[in-house]
Amino acid sequence: MDIVDTFLNAEVMRRSLPMLLQGLWITLQLGAASIVAGLVLGLGLAMTRLYAVAPLRLLTRVYIDVFRSIPLLVLLIIIYYALPFVGIRLSPFLSAMTALTLVSGAYTAEIFRAGIEAIPKGQFEASAALGLGGLQTMKEVILPQAVKIVIPPLTNNSINVVKDTALASVVAMPDLLKQATQAQALAANPTPLIVAAAIYVAFLWPLVAAVSRMERRFAARRR
Amino acid sequence: MDGFVSIRNLRKSYGSFEALRGIDLDVAKGEVVCVIGPSGSGKSTLIRCINRLESFSPESEIRVDGIPVATGRALARVRAEVGMVFQSFNLFPHLTVRENVMLAPRKVRGTPRAEAAARADQLLSRVGIADQADKYPEHLSGGQQQRVAIARALAMDPQVMLFDEPTSALDPEMVGEVLDVMRDLARTGVTMIVVTHEMGFASQVADRVIFMDGGQIVEQGPPAQLLTHPVEQRTRNFLGAVLNH
Repeated sequence: MDIVDTFLNAEVMRRSLPMLLQGLWITLQLGAASIVAGLVLGLGLAMTRLYAVAPLRLLTRVYIDVFRSIPLLVLLIIIYYALPFVGIRLSPFLSAMTALTLVSGAYTAEIFRAGIEAIPKGQFEASAALGLGGLQTMKEVILPQAVKIVIPPLTNNSINVVKDTALASVVAMPDLLKQATQAQALAANPTPLIVAAAIYVAFLWPLVAAVSRMERRFAARRR
Repeated sequence: MDGFVSIRNLRKSYGSFEALRGIDLDVAKGEVVCVIGPSGSGKSTLIRCINRLESFSPESEIRVDGIPVATGRALARVRAEVGMVFQSFNLFPHLTVRENVMLAPRKVRGTPRAEAAARADQLLSRVGIADQADKYPEHLSGGQQQRVAIARALAMDPQVMLFDEPTSALDPEMVGEVLDVMRDLARTGVTMIVVTHEMGFASQVADRVIFMDGGQIVEQGPPAQLLTHPVEQRTRNFLGAVLNH
């Protein structure tokens, strides 16, 4: 039995492909939903962290630190296996999305905060002097500039979220990895796992390359 | 009689350092006042208090057109009436020159886009840069950027214009074009309070010159008097140092 037949078996590949594509679809849905929800949560947390009254600011800092410390897998298992004991029963998809969003939101908050803090004080002052309110200043002046700065780190974070969706397979979510392990068991051949890995790479490599490109361009401009 | 801008007992401290130590000042409608003084004398802090970019001691009082410079609604009304030009321009880099001028009328006053654009073009030609309207600030010279900043402030039709060392960050050859715009503006009857090191501008344009030192107004008067026959020794020392270099 040679290596190609074991790891890249054409027949197994053909039979498992529909399953893998179903898994990929779920992975992409979970990734996209968690990224968007994480962005919204992160922006809200960043605003609270920067501008809310002192006790709320402190609370937000604690949140951000806790959710950056907790292993995602531990959080996911708590949400899926522990919350039912207090009557909260979430589907595998919602459990995974909740865990991914809570953690991604914490990271995103720090990214947004750094971006906002990088905007010169004069921009806030010019806005205030013109009579713009706090929200208008954020929306029209600060965020458009801050978002440009934080696109590379936000993309990095999104890549991590998509990679972390694979953890959802432990709560029986039929995502790409779960489908691959099942297809492997069915075919008694590891080819589906190799294909799944290739699919992850094919989707994320372009994003990784894009981040490197953006970071190079930003570094060049700063010189 | 209180001035259009009236300042009573203005005090401000940073920790134990007193930046402003009880300033009283009235500026009449249409008056052009130049504030001079050594760095650290509190002159920038003084004009930054007028639209409350700096907070000040609660015992102090500032009114613009009778409206107390406080917080919330009243502050928004004051800021809509008071334009400000900064040393470092502070244009919005993500907006074109025209959009810089249009932003506040559109968002604060709700002016329709077409109307705000027409008004912006009119103001830009008034400051002599109508042909740069579609460029981004980074592609303009410092003098041009500062003229855009003046147009941006004028777009809100302010009753009072504050200038915080508007030419200090400029290359020498660009100072003149900005001062020319300010001179034209002074002729239109806008109330102006100008913190500056440009003694020529102060002597030609100002109705009154104020000399500050150590957080206090040391001496004030018409430019011909204050700049040529100062009474106080501190004023003489400062003018001697400035004019002999």
